[in-house]
Amino acid sequence: MTQHPIAFPELHPPLTPQAAVAEANRCLFCFDAPCAGACPTHIDVPRFIKKIATGNPLGSAETIVDANVLGLSCSRVCPVDVLCEGACVYHNINGKPITIGLLQRHAMDHFYAAAGKLPYKTLPGAKKVACIGAGPASLACAAELRKHGLDVTIFDKRPQPGGLNTYGVAQYKFTPTDAAREIEIIRATGVTFRSGISVGENLSIEDLERDFDAVFIGIGLGATQPLGIPGEHLPNVLNALEFIAAYKTAQPLHVGHSVAVIGGGNTAIDAAVAARYLGASQVSILYRRAESNMSAFAFEYEHARASGIGFVWNARPVRFTNHSVDLDNGLTVPCDTIIIAIGQSRLLDTLQQIRTLELRNGQVVVNPQTGQTADPKYFAGGDCVNGGREVVDAAAEGKRAAKGILQWLT
Amino acid sequence: MADLTSHFAGIHSPNPFWLASGPPANCGEQIMRAFDAGWGGAVWKTIGEPIVNVSSRYSSVDLNGCRMMGLNNIELISDRPISVNLREISEVKRRYPKHAVIASLMVESKREVWHDIVKRAEDAGSDGLELNFGCPHGMSERGLGSAVGQVPEYACMITEWVKEVARTPVLVKLTPNISDIRTVARAAKKGGADALSAINTINSITGIDLDTLTPRPDVGGKTSHGGYCGPAVKPIALHMVQQIASDPQVQLPISAIGGIGSWREAAEFILLGAGTLQACTAPMHYGFRIVEDMIDGLSHWMASKGYANIDAFRGLSLPRVTDWQHLDLNYKIVARINPETCIGCQLCYTACWDGAHQCIHVAGHAKPEDEAAFTMASLVSTPTSSTVSHATPARRIPTVDEHECVGCNLCWLVCPVENCISMVRVDTGNQPQSWAERVQQ
Repeated sequence: MTQHPIAFPELHPPLTPQAAVAEANRCLFCFDAPCAGACPTHIDVPRFIKKIATGNPLGSAETIVDANVLGLSCSRVCPVDVLCEGACVYHNINGKPITIGLLQRHAMDHFYAAAGKLPYKTLPGAKKVACIGAGPASLACAAELRKHGLDVTIFDKRPQPGGLNTYGVAQYKFTPTDAAREIEIIRATGVTFRSGISVGENLSIEDLERDFDAVFIGIGLGATQPLGIPGEHLPNVLNALEFIAAYKTAQPLHVGHSVAVIGGGNTAIDAAVAARYLGASQVSILYRRAESNMSAFAFEYEHARASGIGFVWNARPVRFTNHSVDLDNGLTVPCDTIIIAIGQSRLLDTLQQIRTLELRNGQVVVNPQTGQTADPKYFAGGDCVNGGREVVDAAAEGKRAAKGILQWLT
Repeated sequence: MADLTSHFAGIHSPNPFWLASGPPANCGEQIMRAFDAGWGGAVWKTIGEPIVNVSSRYSSVDLNGCRMMGLNNIELISDRPISVNLREISEVKRRYPKHAVIASLMVESKREVWHDIVKRAEDAGSDGLELNFGCPHGMSERGLGSAVGQVPEYACMITEWVKEVARTPVLVKLTPNISDIRTVARAAKKGGADALSAINTINSITGIDLDTLTPRPDVGGKTSHGGYCGPAVKPIALHMVQQIASDPQVQLPISAIGGIGSWREAAEFILLGAGTLQACTAPMHYGFRIVEDMIDGLSHWMASKGYANIDAFRGLSLPRVTDWQHLDLNYKIVARINPETCIGCQLCYTACWDGAHQCIHVAGHAKPEDEAAFTMASLVSTPTSSTVSHATPARRIPTVDEHECVGCNLCWLVCPVENCISMVRVDTGNQPQSWAERVQQ
């Protein structure tokens, strides 16, 4: 990022070193711990926490990255309430789970402050693997392959690698600077990053298949889906991902005083909260169904309410104008800016170029154990397979596919 | 409220809680504030020819974030002139006549020197004398403190000298740095001691600074062994108090010292025969104010048990300590896990497998390694629902093979949930039989 992104306060400030040790000491060190089982990447949580307690934060971070090379971003963006912390046995003692996410961040911050490295080396005669897309799934896949000495190249159409970690995560959770740190340790293991490359445009399928022994597809999802209603192309109508990417890359944004966000998921909340930080005094989320149907996590919903976001239920837009959203019940919500956050489309154009893939509902079908697609040379993981989940799911699927690739190539 | 008044070897105090001889009892001003806070007595910081101290002097052992589980010191006896200490004793006794002030003494091993200090301390108004035969560091290099307490003949001889002139009760403070504390207890008795104080601090090096490589406390890059005390030493002190209290050749009142920081430890020491309780590390850590709960908590506990005064329960646990050879080999207990309260941490499971007798099991797994591999291999993805059940999955709740369980208690000790694991008596159908009885047959 050449320009300075807009400064957002951190949603969860880091633990002080003493607070981290105190919290780490509270961990019971469960055997075969439920938190580790609940983590899609199966980080050995009690082990890394114990290492914080003993004053071995570097060893702690190494335990984390051994299971999940994206340990830093996951510590910041994981919905821990429904993952590791949700599984903590303390819920059944005093209701106060260990703050695993903050402890993981503590260890990972130490790792990067200490210029930690991944000790991976290329083996002679290494097989070559291409990863398409430079988001969390490909990064995790590449790191796991490098751990076993393979030669890895990552292609991405954007100028910066990182995918949604760089362009799509709410700024108050994770900054592009931290995303870049995570990418740099992977680059330092010898992974080649090639930006500005689109499969089928300036990289042909034939070249890809000729030059690489296996291909991992981690292209994620496409643009925000259109609603198909009048006014959608007005200049005051933005889509959520472009909006988030724009403010994260410090592009000038003027959302005005009032903002309406269309959607009911976590991205809608990220966009709405960001609109508040960008100066909007009135931000409303318009959701087409009832409160109980909302797909956003409960803690995200609470965060939105605490940020002063208003919610309008059963609100189905029929028309956008340059100063309002008109609803099907005849009501009009006045607003300066409209942000659409109703889910991402599938990248069918790209996926269909690889004719041997099997797609279902626009998602790549894989063997869940190995990430292998219908074409054995291709593996896949992340949003293009799961339809759009968390960073940690992409990391887990990338790692799993890497193991599948290793198994298939040897 | 229960009556906590203490009458110990002829020394009277409003309650049995005394400051032990140490930094909290260094001067009259401190001791008077301690009495105001509620302490019943104080054993003055040991009086003798003034010494010169080093800095630093203390170091400690922390445990999992808790400070000062154990404390170590290399401080010597009082660094103030004898006359100043004695003048302050007089002042404290004048202002607090009902509180116990005991002069702790340590002087050169000469009869006339001991005679002199005893007379001066008693003239100052002290209610009793405590002979410091226990200090294990520094003073012992000069032939004092534990150098006396480790040789029964010396301890007996000096006690005799003191008793030749003493008009007040004489307590002999014992060192734990000896293979059998009863030998010196008996020597003190032989020398005429009226009571014993136990234990003094234990020889220790608490730890090493891993950056400087200097053990603590650091005195210009070097250290010297110190005396260990605080919560960590309570079990050692309890055992030694029990040994002395159970010894038919001793039979003296005991002022207990060693890790007493609350009414719970106080009750335990009294149950093993102690008459008064001395504390030093706890007031050093938290201040004199802790005595309020010591009094309050002990009173409530005594009331709940129906004990009207300290003597009503003193020594009640002594008959329950015996030699191993007299324990019933046919008494059997087994562990039972309550699945309703089990949180599935499986600490009992790994503890039993790695540290005990391999009789706690998790369904479907032969041993702990397999269980880890099982969970780690399962595919998990982020739930889409915001609501997550915190109920313990049934598959995580271990079960006990009661036939194989030896009743060792380890699972019960490691279980973080109160009353989740209980150790339950099972009838073996056999009559009680001890090892001693078995080998007799």
